[in-house]
Amino acid sequence: MASDGRPDRRGGLARWAALPAIAVTLALFVAPLGVMAAHSLWARDGGATVASWSLANYREFLGNEALLAALANSLEVTLLVTALSVIVAYPIAWVLAYRVPRRLQRLALVLAVLPFWTSYVIRSYSWLLVLSENGVINQVLLGLGVIDAPVGMGNTRGATVLGFVHFFVMLLTLTTFASLVQIKESYRMAAADLGASPLQVFLRITLPLSLPGVAVGAFLTFVLAIGDYVTPQILGGGRELLLPQAIMLQVARRADFPLASAMSVVLMLVVTAAYLAFAKRLRMDRV
Amino acid sequence: MRRLRALPSIAILAAGYGFIFLPVVVLVLFSFQDGRLPVPPFKGFSLDWYEHVFANRRLMDGLGHSLAVALGSSAAATVLGFLAAWGLARARPRWAGAAQYVLMAPMTVSYLIIGMGLLITFNALGIPKSLVAVGAGHLVINLPLAFAICYAQLGEHQATVEQAARDLGASEAQALLLITVPMLWPALIASFCLAFTLSWDEFVIAFLLTRFDVTLPVAIWSMLRSGLNPETNAAGTLVFAVSIVLVLAVETLVLRRARRG
Repeated sequence: MASDGRPDRRGGLARWAALPAIAVTLALFVAPLGVMAAHSLWARDGGATVASWSLANYREFLGNEALLAALANSLEVTLLVTALSVIVAYPIAWVLAYRVPRRLQRLALVLAVLPFWTSYVIRSYSWLLVLSENGVINQVLLGLGVIDAPVGMGNTRGATVLGFVHFFVMLLTLTTFASLVQIKESYRMAAADLGASPLQVFLRITLPLSLPGVAVGAFLTFVLAIGDYVTPQILGGGRELLLPQAIMLQVARRADFPLASAMSVVLMLVVTAAYLAFAKRLRMDRV
Repeated sequence: MRRLRALPSIAILAAGYGFIFLPVVVLVLFSFQDGRLPVPPFKGFSLDWYEHVFANRRLMDGLGHSLAVALGSSAAATVLGFLAAWGLARARPRWAGAAQYVLMAPMTVSYLIIGMGLLITFNALGIPKSLVAVGAGHLVINLPLAFAICYAQLGEHQATVEQAARDLGASEAQALLLITVPMLWPALIASFCLAFTLSWDEFVIAFLLTRFDVTLPVAIWSMLRSGLNPETNAAGTLVFAVSIVLVLAVETLVLRRARRG
């Protein structure tokens, strides 16, 4: 009871209600990351892991050309995917925000991101159907006489990039749209009244004001793409490995948990670095 | 003149929708293929491959496992996330900021790494791979979502009504169950449906933490080894349909309402 005779607003139950969720997060998320970080400093002896502290796994990772190449491939692919997705998504979001009649806007937006909800595995498989040697694109091009023989487009870096861009265009369309519709029309009208051409209005008003949404989408794209195993495995194949594929190889084929842990820690550090790089632009709450 | 000005916009939308829907249309269309290959030409409409899916023991087992894991992890995430949101919003303990940070942290880490951490930890503790382990992994990825959705919906308005109930003699637990929960009903459904969708589709954690009893995405994954196959199309179309129904349910139940309110 509080002093004014009312029941205490800050009751006993509310004070403890957050503890189960925090306990679960600590036990199933924070602690496992700690265990993983510890493993990355341990050694592998035969099939067993020995708790002898050293940086040997990191040295092995950074000294192994194939593993290092996987890291470089991942960075290249992810940066390319992020840039391409922004370039493709921006015009779509712009048209949805400013050219589609208001009463159709919500429907148009929901439609534009509907395939977002297909599972990773299915989405990548669908692109395989489109890109394979007897797939849709080859058959159309053959039918039109553009090419004489089918072109193999699966199992390439291009296929991986395409599969990624398809997914992240939807994400970026959402975040960019959210930023664009918040820009007051009066800003653009004022600029136009003061003599700015439509291009100037876009470059000096719309584009800068929409950057927070683009930045959030680009950041999410980077984080989700660099950690994805499925898309490169299905569409890129084994010819050129990305970092998540290399990590999975250590686990699945060699059961080398210490090395896989070290590689995962590096992957986390890359994501953290990306976060810090984006942090100034990121205002999640605004989108 | 107006028509002409609209032309580039229409072209951009058409190209955009074309790109976004191309693989989905191909997937769904060729799940009805009357032939052995899910590629053009389309030889006619058939439901044979759906029959194959429903007769496929491995897929049907995977379906059951996926439903169980998704139901369990989404229900647990929604209850825990709601309690945490309510506790932090009402009691406002001094450590609320830190708690929020911890609860949201899993969102910033790749599923692959969350799965790896659990795999290595369970392995070190001698806990075998199982569907329960997958459920634990999915609880981790769903909890921040449930917490964020519920926290965003808990405003001063409910606090006032809760306080009124307390003044009229309700215990704290009664006010929570009879006042707060019904008022937050849409947020709870939304969080459950979204969590269900995430868990239902999730692959890499399930792949790392299962061995014999696998979930549906993992079962579909192993079908890919046989190459292009209309049965995979049919299974994928069904998975997609379930997700769409859930997402549209959230859209109509919650977002509409939130927009009106």
